[in-house]
Amino acid sequence: MKKQRPVNLELNTIKFPPSAISSILHRVTGVAMFFALLFVIWAWAVSVHSPEGFADVQAIMDGFFGKFVAIGTASALTYHILGGLRHVVMDLGHWEELESGNTSAKAVIALWVVLTVVLGVALW
Amino acid sequence: MVTNQASIKRDGVQDYVSLRATAAIIFAYSVFMAWFFITTDNLTFIEWRGLFSGLAMKVFTLAALVAVMIHVRIGLWQVLTDYVKSAGLRAGLQYILNIIAFGYVAVGLFVLWGV
Repeated sequence: MKKQRPVNLELNTIKFPPSAISSILHRVTGVAMFFALLFVIWAWAVSVHSPEGFADVQAIMDGFFGKFVAIGTASALTYHILGGLRHVVMDLGHWEELESGNTSAKAVIALWVVLTVVLGVALW
Repeated sequence: MVTNQASIKRDGVQDYVSLRATAAIIFAYSVFMAWFFITTDNLTFIEWRGLFSGLAMKVFTLAALVAVMIHVRIGLWQVLTDYVKSAGLRAGLQYILNIIAFGYVAVGLFVLWGV
């Protein structure tokens, strides 16, 4: 193809549609949770093993690192569940058009932000 | 056809169903644990250990961990196959990540065994 085609180099006019952002968030939160499980399963194993281990994990969960990981993991799980439920609705044949798909993506992202704020306030 | 039936080869439909079936278990487990944390004030070691000492909870926890292993086997492959173009590197990464996923199940099994 040697056709003269228009080139758009104005990067600030190019952006992902909401459905694409929803898709990448689903992937990012999924991969993030896979690695967060290293901490979650370690904390679980240590905390059920002995009273000393339980106290150690409790101390970590009271510190910045523990709270950051806990809120981050819970937030990622929340998004992944919301995105997953959106996928189930799409499996059933709804929200598959351009407009409805973008609307549901925006709704899921908005709901996730609200729930993350609630989670953050509750867990901090 | 014969080789297809003789090998443990996956296909798209199988991945699709496995992904959703395991998601349902992980979702149920997440809701249960969230409910436990919300309804429990000042969690003690006795309560925490007691939660995992019941046989039903051991089965539920192990089922959730096995579900995670199957779910990430498909999910991480979907992500890697899009972003890592080198087949050798991708195979290596998948090998390591799937061993970690198996490790989660194994750790879970032995922890539950001792509780």
